[in-house]
Amino acid sequence: MIEMEKVSKWYGEFRVLDDCTTRVDKGEVVVVCGPSGSGKSTLIKCVNGLEPFQQGTVTVNGVSVGDSDTDLPKLRSHIGMVFQNFELFPHINIIQNIQLAQEKVLSRSADESHKRGMELLERVGLKDQADKFPAQLSGGQQQRVAIARGLAMDPIAMLFDEPTSALDPEMINEVLDVMVELAQEGMTMMVVTHEMGFARKVADRVIFMDEGRIEEDCTTEEFFGTKRGERAEVFLSKII
Amino acid sequence: MNYNWNWPVLITDPYFGWIVSGLGWTIAVASASWVIAFFLGSLIGIMRTTENRILLGIGTVYVEIFRNVPLLVQMFLWYFVFPELLPESAGNWVKRGIPLPEFWTAVVCLGTYTASRVAEQVRAGITSVSIGQRYAAKAMGLKPFQVYRYVLLPVGYRLIIPPMTSEFLGIFKNSSLALTIGVLELTAQTRQIEEYTFQGFEAFTTATVLYILVTFIVMTIMQIVEKRVAIPGMVSLRAK
Amino acid sequence: MFADFDFAVVIKSLPFLWEGMQLTLLLTILAIGGGLILGTILALCRLSPYKLLSFAAGSYVNFFRSMPLILVIFWFYFLVPLIVGRPVGGFYSVLVAFVMFEAAYYCEIMRAGIQSIRKSQVHAGQALGLTYQQNMRYIVLPQAFRNMIPILLTQAIVLFQDTSLVYVVGLHDFLVNAEIIANRDNRLIEMFTTVAIIYFVLCLSASLSVGALQRKYAK
Repeated sequence: MIEMEKVSKWYGEFRVLDDCTTRVDKGEVVVVCGPSGSGKSTLIKCVNGLEPFQQGTVTVNGVSVGDSDTDLPKLRSHIGMVFQNFELFPHINIIQNIQLAQEKVLSRSADESHKRGMELLERVGLKDQADKFPAQLSGGQQQRVAIARGLAMDPIAMLFDEPTSALDPEMINEVLDVMVELAQEGMTMMVVTHEMGFARKVADRVIFMDEGRIEEDCTTEEFFGTKRGERAEVFLSKII
Repeated sequence: MNYNWNWPVLITDPYFGWIVSGLGWTIAVASASWVIAFFLGSLIGIMRTTENRILLGIGTVYVEIFRNVPLLVQMFLWYFVFPELLPESAGNWVKRGIPLPEFWTAVVCLGTYTASRVAEQVRAGITSVSIGQRYAAKAMGLKPFQVYRYVLLPVGYRLIIPPMTSEFLGIFKNSSLALTIGVLELTAQTRQIEEYTFQGFEAFTTATVLYILVTFIVMTIMQIVEKRVAIPGMVSLRAK
Repeated sequence: MFADFDFAVVIKSLPFLWEGMQLTLLLTILAIGGGLILGTILALCRLSPYKLLSFAAGSYVNFFRSMPLILVIFWFYFLVPLIVGRPVGGFYSVLVAFVMFEAAYYCEIMRAGIQSIRKSQVHAGQALGLTYQQNMRYIVLPQAFRNMIPILLTQAIVLFQDTSLVYVVGLHDFLVNAEIIANRDNRLIEMFTTVAIIYFVLCLSASLSVGALQRKYAK
């Protein structure tokens, strides 16, 4: 479903992505990990074209992301994305956050998008918060809303960019629980995270990045078994 | 200090009428130029936040030109030089054809000048909305126009209510420059009263009190507006 | 139109324009100096723990910030000779007006600069046992001043532009001298365009330098 072929990106002289090749198949859950500054957030933002890249190709469902003819807004509307800092829109309330793109992008009616929004809020356990504003919710609650907002678009895949990094420890699990459930239902997911427990539990594959390169790309069993390389070993020993 | 007080002079004919009409012209010049300043300034401010180099360049040049020439010189350029640069018939129309040429010259001058300042505020407002918000809006499939319309502008404008209030008060005070091309606004009228009656103290006190009064009213109204549109849980940028 | 733009008029008038520019620069420099001194005193009053002082300084600032500069110029042009009791010449009256007016703005810049220092910095100083004065002298003011420099310089550029308002009382500054020639020779286009370009070049180079300085400091 998502294919990346020799993707490279520079900021001036500095190479943030170096010849990255990988893929995420339908129904697969892929975890991307690595030290900070290794390029993992940049990599995931290349999937929906939020970060432009200079070399290589990224295709989503057969559509080339880097192609200048591609209708990026349309492509993005099929892929949900969840950010490190939630990025709910602060000036509109929770349910409006979930309705906005349904109405403006998918042209759903207000009633329909409201109904869908409430279903999803119920699913993430926040139905009673629908009329509050983002700043009135805890970080964990905001992130669950952000997931609901992504799901409301009926995406073919979900991207998660360090969804729990900005959360207080006691809120991490409420977000991970929603993600685990989503994975078990068969959602295609690409997840940048340091939560190795989550990776062990639901990931099909683990990608380890360092200095802009994909150093490891193997099954979860292999990664947590003995097959991983030296750098990944060092990284894992630091975070576990 | 040797001075003959004569406060009643202010309410004698014709001076009272001068004060009233002066205040009227001050408010008229300020309001009409604010319309130009707000819309033109917003347009240029938005141009300066886009990724299009040509729009960016035009915006930057505009702001630098209007910010680096004294307002009074701009007033003279509009009044004495601008009509000469037009084809003869158009020039004559600007000089004599339109009703109240001095008034409209002052309005265009103050409007275009303040637009460059408003543009900077609008730009500051938009850029202080985090890059993550832009990403999130794009990731949902919103088109560039929609990203501004539904996310960046509603948040950005709320953030800049205090500095925009200062800009409005700035245009209100700067409207006094219109007297240099013959608009008899408040400052000009009180100066005229001083010259006719030698009661400078009374005349200038009147103008001072009226300016402070209008400033106070505008600030009170804007504080109410700010409270009414405030986003629960968020704070705005303070005026510099 | 620009086709008959007469450069000779401009060249011939340069010495006279320079005379005007000297007055403009002198007024700018004296007003900055006086405004800074008065503004600093006001800022210290405004931040002082004595309610009355801080209220008085706050009122001063709000008072001058709600008035148009032209009105302030008229006020002092009228008041200064009255208070002194004899004619003092326009320059001194206008200088007093600019100093009083600018002080209100400088006061606000300094107050914001001092208040921009994070509370935890003050606490850190106190935790080391510094007294209030030592904390101000060694911790708060050096940081505040660094933050303020670009804004103070930008305000100086604004003041340089604002001195053109002495036009309303007829002091022979840069703009007025240009206007005199413009009217005498009936060369409005040439003279006002020249004035605009010279102001533009001076102010733009000054503000670009401030920008460069700011970037250097930011590192």
